[in-house]
Amino acid sequence: MAHTSDRYYIPHGSPWPIVGTVALLLLMFGVASALNGAAIGKFSMLAGAVVLLFMLFGWFGVVIKESVDGIYNQQVDRSFRMGMAWFIASEVMFFAAFFGALFYARQIVLPWLGGESNNFFTNFLLWPGFEGTWPSNGPAEIGGEYKPMGPWGLPAINTAILLSSGVTITIAHHALKAGNRGMLILFLGLTWALGLLFVGLQATEYAHAYHDIADGGLGLTLGSGIYGSTFFMLTGFHGLHVTLGATMLIVIWFRCLKGHFTPENHFGFEGVAWYWHFVDVVWLGLFIFVYWL
Amino acid sequence: MSTTAEAHHDHHDAPSGIKRWIFATNHKDIGTMYLVFSGLMFFTGGAMAMIIRAELFQPGLQFVDPGFFNQMTTMHALVMVFGAVMPALVGLANWMVPLMVGAPDMALPRMNNWSFWILPVAAILLVSTLFMGGGAPASGWTMYPPLVLQTGDAFPFLIFSVHLLGMSSIMGAINIVVTIMNMRAPGMGLLKMPLFVWTWLITAYLLILAMPVLAGAVTMLLTDEYFGTSFFNAAGGGDPVMFQHVFWFFGHPEVYIMILPAFGIVSQIIPTFARKPLFGYDSMVYATASIAFLSFIVWAHHMFTVGMPLAGQLFFMFSTMLIAVPTGVKVFNWTATMWKGSLTFETPMLFAVAFLFLFTIGGFSGLMLGITPADFQYHDTYFVVAHFHYTLVPGAVFGIMAGVYFWLPKWTGHMYNEKLGKLHFWLSAIFVNVTFFPQHFVGLAGMPRRIPDYATQFADFNMISSIGAFVFGASQLLFVYIIWSCVRGGEKASTQVWEGAEGLEWTVPSPAPHHTFEVAPEVR
Amino acid sequence: MRERFRRISKNAVLGTLCYLLAIPAAFADWEINLTEGVTPISRDTFALHMIIFWVCVVIAVVVFGVIIYSLFTFRRSRGAVPDTSMVHSTKMEIVWTIIPIGILVAMAIPAAESLIKIEDTRSPDLTIKVTGYQWKWHYEYLGDSADQFVKSNFGFFSNIDAASNRARQVDSGVDVYQIEHYLRDVDKRVVVPVNRKVRLLLTSNDVLHAWWVPDLGGKRDAIPGFINEMWFQAEETGVYRGQCAELCGRDHGFMPIVVEVQTEEDFAQWVAQNGGAVGGGPADVPGATGDVVAAAAAAAGGAGSSDAVDIELGFDELMSRGEAAYLTNCSACHQPNGQGLEVGGFPALAGSAIAAGELSVHVDQVLNGKAGTAMASFAYLSDTDIAAIITYERNAWGNDTGDIIQPADIQAAR
Ligand code: HEA
Ligand code: HEA
Ligand code: HEC
Ligand code: CUA
Ligand SMILES: [Cu+2]
Repeated sequence: MAHTSDRYYIPHGSPWPIVGTVALLLLMFGVASALNGAAIGKFSMLAGAVVLLFMLFGWFGVVIKESVDGIYNQQVDRSFRMGMAWFIASEVMFFAAFFGALFYARQIVLPWLGGESNNFFTNFLLWPGFEGTWPSNGPAEIGGEYKPMGPWGLPAINTAILLSSGVTITIAHHALKAGNRGMLILFLGLTWALGLLFVGLQATEYAHAYHDIADGGLGLTLGSGIYGSTFFMLTGFHGLHVTLGATMLIVIWFRCLKGHFTPENHFGFEGVAWYWHFVDVVWLGLFIFVYWL
Repeated sequence: MSTTAEAHHDHHDAPSGIKRWIFATNHKDIGTMYLVFSGLMFFTGGAMAMIIRAELFQPGLQFVDPGFFNQMTTMHALVMVFGAVMPALVGLANWMVPLMVGAPDMALPRMNNWSFWILPVAAILLVSTLFMGGGAPASGWTMYPPLVLQTGDAFPFLIFSVHLLGMSSIMGAINIVVTIMNMRAPGMGLLKMPLFVWTWLITAYLLILAMPVLAGAVTMLLTDEYFGTSFFNAAGGGDPVMFQHVFWFFGHPEVYIMILPAFGIVSQIIPTFARKPLFGYDSMVYATASIAFLSFIVWAHHMFTVGMPLAGQLFFMFSTMLIAVPTGVKVFNWTATMWKGSLTFETPMLFAVAFLFLFTIGGFSGLMLGITPADFQYHDTYFVVAHFHYTLVPGAVFGIMAGVYFWLPKWTGHMYNEKLGKLHFWLSAIFVNVTFFPQHFVGLAGMPRRIPDYATQFADFNMISSIGAFVFGASQLLFVYIIWSCVRGGEKASTQVWEGAEGLEWTVPSPAPHHTFEVAPEVR
Repeated sequence: MRERFRRISKNAVLGTLCYLLAIPAAFADWEINLTEGVTPISRDTFALHMIIFWVCVVIAVVVFGVIIYSLFTFRRSRGAVPDTSMVHSTKMEIVWTIIPIGILVAMAIPAAESLIKIEDTRSPDLTIKVTGYQWKWHYEYLGDSADQFVKSNFGFFSNIDAASNRARQVDSGVDVYQIEHYLRDVDKRVVVPVNRKVRLLLTSNDVLHAWWVPDLGGKRDAIPGFINEMWFQAEETGVYRGQCAELCGRDHGFMPIVVEVQTEEDFAQWVAQNGGAVGGGPADVPGATGDVVAAAAAAAGGAGSSDAVDIELGFDELMSRGEAAYLTNCSACHQPNGQGLEVGGFPALAGSAIAAGELSVHVDQVLNGKAGTAMASFAYLSDTDIAAIITYERNAWGNDTGDIIQPADIQAAR
């Protein structure tokens, strides 16, 4: 089989994008309606999610098949790589918005509420006595009493886990390039296992945070002022990305089991690996700026 | 040429029926869909503008409730920006970029289809809010909290439609970047690319960097409204102004996203009708790149009045003023291109020349707005409205129209009706000024924007502006007619179409066949 | 109408003319240019505006001149032959990069100077805290016993005037030209002394607003939870008008500002009259001004009647006072006829399950508002006003509940 075409592969018509579009319509309409308290929201949401999954299976199925059939040439491969790289760039900017919010709140908003810069009267008249130091749930102490999340328990362990998963996937990659199937499958399996472990620990951490202080928890919720907001939004979106990344790792692990990748041709693998490294790097940022400093 | 016979490689006909469109992977079909969609949205947004202008025709409230007026302002802007101008530019890129760089199609054709079809879905979500309890969003297209949080049932629909619009733009942009970086014909070095390709390359980078930030901003709105976060609530340690920072970090690059491709179109058209190569090609490229870079560090000029510390205001004032320099380079290069040329004035050239004048006027008022102390007076008045309509309507929209007239013969294989085209041009060019020039005056005289009713001293110029808007709007029906009849028939267009036209796109037959450059051309 | 069209066409001709000439300054009384205003800052800004305007005009004349020249000279119909060798010129490109930079630097210097002045809000003679509400302004004069003008805090709300408010309703049938200062008049003006540095501390109770009187120079946003500062020093007595300049919802267009600049003597008298009505409020007690605000609001709204809660009011008095206060505070949303507004999601109060139902729920709705909707808490109104409004709502528009609510009931419910 596998002849590499001498020209760029252009698919002629595909039903998957429009299926994906319908999925998004159902999903978005569903979530929005559910937020408005409309009964059909949930059903629409569910239907959307199902169609979306169907689309993902279908679309990726086709691409994988085409790839395995060797329809893609080098240039197509390069397109995929570039596409993946720029997709990750856009994800970086998405996180940048939230990191920006974090820095702005810490470095500017809180000091101003505390009366610094040109905001003497803000503090004096509106929030007398408030000291704008991080962490904070604001001058009105929105969300009530809470304790901030320290860096040296689970978070540090999680850091170690994610970092080692970065190592294992690199080992897997080298194994793939060297044609060492056993190592590849072992280390790739290890990578997604570490990923899932991370998600599990993160869930434990959230549960701990959400418990009241009286119950031995931190009393820290999404509603705990700006600290809770930035903490949960940043770590939450990161957690979602880890979950997604781990799922993708599992998918390519199965593909490895089926022998889809060759030492020369394994864009699927590399795309996921890049994504995983990206998730890793975001975590380092989180660990430093959200948990530690 | 390869002759591998693969069943689905039926290269010379387009698939027929509805499947051609909903399953489309062909860049020309998708480009056409983008353009048609954009046209529909232009009329939708335009109809809303007509309601705005009708209510402002006279002082006193004649037709609509103030709340509905605000909905119209908001929806008009969202529909025009995200529904009309951006998709039109993406549509032009879809059609022309592969032709210009000698590629067989866009790099990621299936994703291309998805980018397009998400748009109508987003538009449906957005426009449907007009019929919801509490009405459509009415907080201005800038969606500032806390006001936007008072939106009724429309709120989550607004947020998700913005998410979808962002997704679509990002995927479209990735596709364009990859096409340009990976699909150029052999020999087409970066500095040999036509300027339209260059401006779109840079625009696509702006999109990839800016749109996700908007997505982040509206996500924070969503969680503030429904999940108890305090990003924009001072009581919880947040700040409503923080939204403005995040929004404008996206929003200012966004306005250049709308103008850079138009710069590119004008840079194709002027050399063609001057029969002379573009003057200062390299500096045009560098100027575009500098504008793009600067656009990320000027955002707070939209929020001089929020009470930033002095140092911040000074920084943003200086950086804003700097943008005049690379933009000036472009204007001067276009002028120099016409200098010692051999000019003719077909419709595309007319629109390009009008662009040159009127965009520059919009740029001047932009520069005035950038002067912080003066902006304290101008901000949120009709002076600002005049500024951005000059850059957007006779700027971006005229650029798009110029491009449509320029490339229409290549798309359809027919020449459009030149007489009607010129009529359309003159009506548009005159009445766009009648509409928006007086807005400078009412703005300076003190009329705030986003108001449904005004003090009587502003009456006269508002009436003129409304009359101008009605005629300008009605003239656009002519545009539709011209395009329609050009699609239906007309004088056959030659391959080169325009005497002075140069570039790969003018080497393929007119109309451009469904598949082009399956074997990459050599570029010397 | 005819008459108006004639004026319009005349104006159109003139407007086109001055467009062609591009000299708005020459048409000063035509309301087409920025106001010069009456403060040092507004004059500075005006001068700056004229400088940048003329710079732009000059550049435009040069650039457009060259373009127009080439449009006419280098036409093919006139036999022009393209000079295809002319593709770039480093010298020219350097020139037209450097010259604009020079011009910009020259503009930036005076701009930075005025900016520094504008931001200097130190040592004012009078400080007023301005709070934006949907859709009215609250002014609080901050005093202290050592102050030359204002010894103790006092404040009041400033709403759009009743005549404009009536005329601006859709289909009101009123010719707005008959109303003096249509949309630019208020029920109570802000009064300040001439030639004194007045500092405004701007904030908001709900959404963003912006305080802007062009003649006093510049605008500044009112942001909930933060205080922004601005200052002006009016050099001429007179009445100066402006309006809210940041979209703040449905009635953003109907939030006028009127500042009256008086001589110091007149101002002192005004303070005595207005500040006196509240008695010695708690001066210098930041944050604890709520009582003062409420009391002052009552003083402003009630025709001299005291707000002592132990006084029982008669039904008619409650109804008439209630109607006035309703029109000022509530009718923007619930409409003068109590029918509400479908499009805005503002419920009708006529026949409403709350306004004609359980009394305590009604009181609660007004005192505490409803979270997440535009229905804010109106607890800052005086007990008397709230009692009057509720009595009015429960007995107007066919809500014939016959209930009478007294200020004491409201105080008890707080
Ligand atoms: C296509 C869209 C577009 C473009 C290209 C621009 C271009 C510019 N804009 Fe504009 N702008 C908008 C769209 C655009 N804008 C929109 C939509 C808003 C309002 C958003 C909202 O609030 O809803 C806005 C608002 C806006 C503001 C905020 C006003 C306010 O709300 O108070 C400011 C302030 O600085 C500004 C500045 C500028 C500047 C300096 C440029 C410069 O890029 C212009 C540069 C060009 C020139 C200067 C002319 C050519 C140059 C020469 C001939 C060289 C020589 C010239 C000199 C040396 C002077 N714009
Ligand atoms: C690319 C963007 C774009 C475009 C093309 C336009 C086009 C137009 N805009 Fe738009 N506008 C914005 C972007 C744009 N605008 C933005 C961003 C705002 C700020 C919103 C905010 O404050 O949040 C705004 C706000 C805005 C206002 C201020 C509203 C307010 O502050 O309350 C006004 C008022 O005159 C206006 C008018 C117009 C008019 C007359 C046109 C015309 O050019 C439209 C012409 C087109 C048509 C008319 C459609 C075609 C014809 C028909 C539908 C046939 C029927 C016609 C007749 C019967 C006459 N716009
Ligand atoms: C900014 C707009 C606004 C203003 C001003 C306003 N309201 Fe409301 N009001 C609302 C909205 C919106 C609701 C509906 C809240 C909801 O969704 O339940 C409401 C609901 C009510 C209700 C309950 C009606 C029902 O049947 O649900 C009462 C009573 C009421 N308002 C009284 C008042 C009074 C008294 C005032 C003036 C002192 C006032 N409102 C001013 C917006 C406003
Ligand atoms: Cu208050 Cu606009
Ligand atoms: Cu900008």
